[in-house]
Amino acid sequence: MFERGSFPVTLDAWGLLLIQNGELIPNDRVLPYDLKSSLFTDYAHKFRTVYVPKGQQGSAADIIDLPVGSILSKTFYYPKNAEGLLKSRAESLDFGERGLRLDQVKLIETRLLVHLDEGWIGLAYVWNEMGTEATLEITGAQFDLALQTGGEEQLFRYVVPDFNQCQGCHIENMKEGSMAPVGFKSRHLDKPYEYLHKADNQLVHFASLGLIDSLIDDSVGEDYSHTVDWRDSSHSLEDRARSYLDINCGHCHNPTGPADTSGMFLSRNTTEPLRLGFCKPPVAAGQGTGGRLVGISPGQPDNSILVYRMGSLDLGAMMPELGRSLVHEEGVELISEWISELEGDC
Amino acid sequence: MNRLLIIGIALLLTACSDESKAPVASIDMQKQLLEQLIMAQPGDVIDIPAGTHNISRSLSLKVNGVTLRGAGMDKSILSFKDQTQGAEGLIITGDDILLEGFAVEDAKGDAIKINECRNLVIRKVRVEWTNGPDKDNGAYGLYPVQCENVLIDGSVAIGASDAGIYVGQSNQVIVKNSRAEYNVAGIEIENTTNADVFDNVATNNTGGILVFNMPNLPQPGAKTRVFNNQIFSNNTANFAPEGTAVAGVPAGSGVVINSNDEVEVFANTIKDNATANIIISSYFSSGYSDRASSEMFDPYPEAIFIYDNQFSGGGDSPDGVELQALRVAKYGLTGSFPDILWDGYVNTENLVDGKLPPGREICVRNGEAKVLNVDMANDYANVTDESAQFDCELPKLVAISLPLK
Repeated sequence: MFERGSFPVTLDAWGLLLIQNGELIPNDRVLPYDLKSSLFTDYAHKFRTVYVPKGQQGSAADIIDLPVGSILSKTFYYPKNAEGLLKSRAESLDFGERGLRLDQVKLIETRLLVHLDEGWIGLAYVWNEMGTEATLEITGAQFDLALQTGGEEQLFRYVVPDFNQCQGCHIENMKEGSMAPVGFKSRHLDKPYEYLHKADNQLVHFASLGLIDSLIDDSVGEDYSHTVDWRDSSHSLEDRARSYLDINCGHCHNPTGPADTSGMFLSRNTTEPLRLGFCKPPVAAGQGTGGRLVGISPGQPDNSILVYRMGSLDLGAMMPELGRSLVHEEGVELISEWISELEGDC
Repeated sequence: MNRLLIIGIALLLTACSDESKAPVASIDMQKQLLEQLIMAQPGDVIDIPAGTHNISRSLSLKVNGVTLRGAGMDKSILSFKDQTQGAEGLIITGDDILLEGFAVEDAKGDAIKINECRNLVIRKVRVEWTNGPDKDNGAYGLYPVQCENVLIDGSVAIGASDAGIYVGQSNQVIVKNSRAEYNVAGIEIENTTNADVFDNVATNNTGGILVFNMPNLPQPGAKTRVFNNQIFSNNTANFAPEGTAVAGVPAGSGVVINSNDEVEVFANTIKDNATANIIISSYFSSGYSDRASSEMFDPYPEAIFIYDNQFSGGGDSPDGVELQALRVAKYGLTGSFPDILWDGYVNTENLVDGKLPPGREICVRNGEAKVLNVDMANDYANVTDESAQFDCELPKLVAISLPLK
């Protein structure tokens, strides 16, 4: 086992991210990346990087098996202006020449996933008020934030997970008991990214740098087109909703995850309607039922437990259990719309 | 984990290392406990000092072989009254865990959940919602799920809006010497195989002791013995949220066996449970059978053996209009149901000469106790009470022995 003293106490000691010319930028050999759809965490924006030790590489399968020594970083931040932190603003405005513009954003925390011999571990570093240094918080942290939204202010309690809680989302296989990255999968990564010199498909770019083993042609070999950006209404409602559920719920709600106890699986590859929760009575939802009878009632979002739990802030009812203190209104809207258009009867 | 490697990685990208010491431990009990749980190593004993400790976020333990020990269930109290984060009070994943001598009060969700484990011992632990029965209370008190070898001994569960002591999807289980009071379900064994439930007190719950099988789960349950328990006056109005499995349990249920097989109920004292001292029912009268279930699911209770219990009182004021009307019609205004109520559903595919084959029947050898078949499949058309039909015997289940201290 580790001892706490062996973890670097400040983020800069890892050498992953640098502050230069008013920007938070990735160090050499640390690559920024992005996901088609991302896990909702109280409207925070996220700046992600991947580091793979020199001379090593991951596989080009959907689950990218990053080698020991790899580090993923995810910096949580909010866009800001003179009024304060903003609930919503185009992410493109957050970025300058090489990284995050510190005059445009407030840094909150940077989480690392570090791949050790024994598996992945998660560490959360919390930025100081000035955004000049981030310090390790093994036991997590909580503080109040306010988001500006159309002249109004939305107050909420921002929660940094503790060391063990990282596992709450990152253990996708309870039997193996080991953590894994949630987003760093080909189906989420297969999209363009504006790199410093050119835009490129992320998987193709990773392969060209040798971060993952080479891809056949410039396609990714597998069809990841059904996992989409849920915000992009040019995709089908089905693909958008299932992509949203995949990234927000599928890491627990899969046949090997912590929520396998529920018998409800929301990962993208689930096809059986009952497994997705169609007309399915809850197993141990407790007050999470909200008085509703089934997980998903086709055509009836207001009778679906799924929608109730997404819209709840009651700790005993809300889903996901961790990672949010606010309701993701746009997410609830999307899933409600999807359920409205589902056909069938319970 | 390998600390050298961590340092190695840390230094890969930078020339400067940070050798500074760990932050000084806070005197704050929450932070101290979080740190101890996070830093725990196998073999560690984590002490919870006497006193009431206010905890605002879930505590979690992810290490094998750890003991969490307080100064007693009424002395070392973790109060989650002001909880602002997390779906449980205490959430544990790990093998060879011992929890002893403390209390978890007023968790916003489940009090203590153990998700996947081997060799779990919970001894003299109290979980309680201190405001009494309330639909806004957390769902489960002591909640091991998908565990192998579970011993719950001398513990107390009060006020859960679902089940006080709930063992789900597990194998090899003993629940003994414990007390469950003012929960919807006092003690519930669900989708679990090989469980012994004995020497417990279940009172003032909606249902005292439940042995259930739910559909759509990988593991059906069977082989539970319920014996030497005191199960009385479980007449608290059902306060479970609608939609939950226990929302359909009538107030006044002593023991409820639903859709489970190979269940033995013997040598208990069961009294004054106003619907019935024992209910044997199928998925079809569970209240959730109109919803979807997988084809694999066996909805019928079979191989049920009830014998040598001490019954008294009960059945005098069943929950629900239909049952009340039935009681009055059949037994008069002041009459009572027999001790055992059965919904009457039988898997007709299994019948041989109109009867379930030997070994699969419902058998009752309990003195004068009768079984009321309410014929629910036919809307109470042919209600009967008798004992002769149930006069049979089943091979006894073996006692559970656990490889635990």
